[in-house]
Amino acid sequence: MRLENKVAFISGGARGMGAAEARLFAREGCQVVIGDLRDDLGRQVEAEINELGGQCLYVHLDVTDEQSWNDAIAASVARFGKLDILVNNAGVYLPQTVENTTLENWDLTMSVNAKGVFLGTKAAIPELRRNGGGSIVNISSVAGLVGNHISSAYTASKGAVRLFTKSTAIQHAADGIRCNSVHPGTIETDMTADLLAAGGREDRLNRTPLRRLGQADDIAYGVLFLASDEASFMTGSELVIDGGRTAM
Amino acid sequence: MRLENKVALISGGSRGQGAAEARLFAGEGCKVVIADVLEDEGRQLEAEINETGGECVFVRLDVTSEDEWNAAVSAAVARFGKLDILVNNAGIYRQVGIEDTSEELWDNIFDINAKGVFLGTKAVIPEMRKAGGGSIINISSVAGLVGSWRAPAYGATKGAVRLFTKSTAIQYAGEGIRCNSVHPGIIETPMTTPNLLRDDAARQASLDRTPIGRVGQAEDVAWGVLFLASDESSFMTGSELVIDGGLFAQ
Repeated sequence: MRLENKVAFISGGARGMGAAEARLFAREGCQVVIGDLRDDLGRQVEAEINELGGQCLYVHLDVTDEQSWNDAIAASVARFGKLDILVNNAGVYLPQTVENTTLENWDLTMSVNAKGVFLGTKAAIPELRRNGGGSIVNISSVAGLVGNHISSAYTASKGAVRLFTKSTAIQHAADGIRCNSVHPGTIETDMTADLLAAGGREDRLNRTPLRRLGQADDIAYGVLFLASDEASFMTGSELVIDGGRTAM
Repeated sequence: MRLENKVALISGGSRGQGAAEARLFAGEGCKVVIADVLEDEGRQLEAEINETGGECVFVRLDVTSEDEWNAAVSAAVARFGKLDILVNNAGIYRQVGIEDTSEELWDNIFDINAKGVFLGTKAVIPEMRKAGGGSIINISSVAGLVGSWRAPAYGATKGAVRLFTKSTAIQYAGEGIRCNSVHPGIIETPMTTPNLLRDDAARQASLDRTPIGRVGQAEDVAWGVLFLASDESSFMTGSELVIDGGLFAQ
C-alpha cells in the first residue's frame, strides 16, 4: 500500500475533496485525522472509514485559529504517535468581482484560504521535523495561476497559497519536509455546487478541453501521489489538475 | 495494478529514465515496447523484463525518422493489439554556450528532442484514437521552464516540447487523448553523468542548486510518468509535472 504506516492530517476533511482524500488515504494504509468545522459530517466520515477497516480520527478544527490548530495536531500525535502528511485542503469560495467584494468577504477568504494554510503549516512543522521529514500538500486552484472574471479575493488567496508553498519548500527542504501545491480546475463538490447550479456548468465545460467537470477523486489521486514517497524528489512544484483549462 | 491491460511505447527506453519507466510500468501490469537506437542495451532490458514476469518487446527506433516511428508503432500494435500510452523520453544533452553552438549541433539536438516528440505524437494519434483515447507523456526539463547558462540549445528544445505538449492536449482532448509534460531537474542518468555530474565540483554545483540536497534518480521521474500514464490522472491534460527537488521553486 502506498501510504503504509503513515499518519496524515487533512483540514476540511468532512466533505468534498477532503473526504475523498481521507477515504483514498485510508485505503492505502494511512492513519487519517480529519479536521473540520462540520462536526456531524466529519464524524460520519470517521465512522465510515473505521467501519471499512481503516483508522480515522475526527477532530474539531477552525483553520483560522492558531490554538485550534495546535490542539488538533497534538490530538493527532496523541492518537497515532506521529505526523507524516498534512493536507491543507480547507477553503471557502465566495465569488465576487472586485467592486462587489466587501471587506468581510476579503477578510474571511484570506483568513480561511491563506492564513489557514500558514497556521496549519506552522503547527505541523515541529512534528514533521521530529519525524525526520514529511509531506505538506496545499490545495491552491487554477485561480491561483491565472486571473478570473468572477472571483477576486478567492484568486488572491490561492495565489498566496501558491507562493507560500514555494517558500515552505525552500525553507524546510533540509529538514526533509516537502511542500507542493495542487491546482484543481472546476471540480464538482459541495463548495462549487452553488456556482454550478447557477448556470456555471455550461460555461465551465466550454472552458475545459476534456469536456467534463472534475470529481473529488481526480484531486485525491494527485494529492495521494504528492503525499507518498513516490514524489520524494518533488518539492515546491505545482500539480495542475484542470482538464486542460490553463493549457490554453 | 495501476496499468493493468495497458500497452505503452517508451522512446529511449534502453537505459536511464526510459529503462526505469519500462521496469516500473511492467511491474504495474503494462505491456511495454522499448524503442531505441541502443539495440544491445534495449534487448538486455527486454529479456530482463520478460524473465521477471513482465511482457516487453524491443524495437529499433531512430526518433528523427518518420518511417521508423511508423514501423515501431505498427510493431507495437502487431504484438500487443493496441496502444494506450506513449512516453516521448528519448533525448540528448549538449552543454555548449550560444557562441560555441554550431548550426549542426542546433539542428541535431532539435531533430532528436523536438522533432522526435512531434513525430512520435503524430505516429501514435491514429492508434490512440482507435483505442478510444490514451495518454502521451513528453519528457521536457526544468531547462524548458527557465533559462540555462550551460545548455541554451537544449533549453530551447525543451521549451518547444513544453508548448507542443499543450497544443497536443488542446487539439486531442475531445478524443480522450491526454498529453502532459514532465520537467526533471538534475537526475543521475547516463545522459547527465558525463557533464552535469562529471566530477565532484560539478556534482557539488548541481547539489547547491537543489534545495532537497540530493540529485534525482531515474525512479523519481518514473513514478511521475506512471501517475500521468495511469487513469488516476484522467482529469489532467496540458499540465507540467516538475520533479526537481525544488530547483525551480526558488
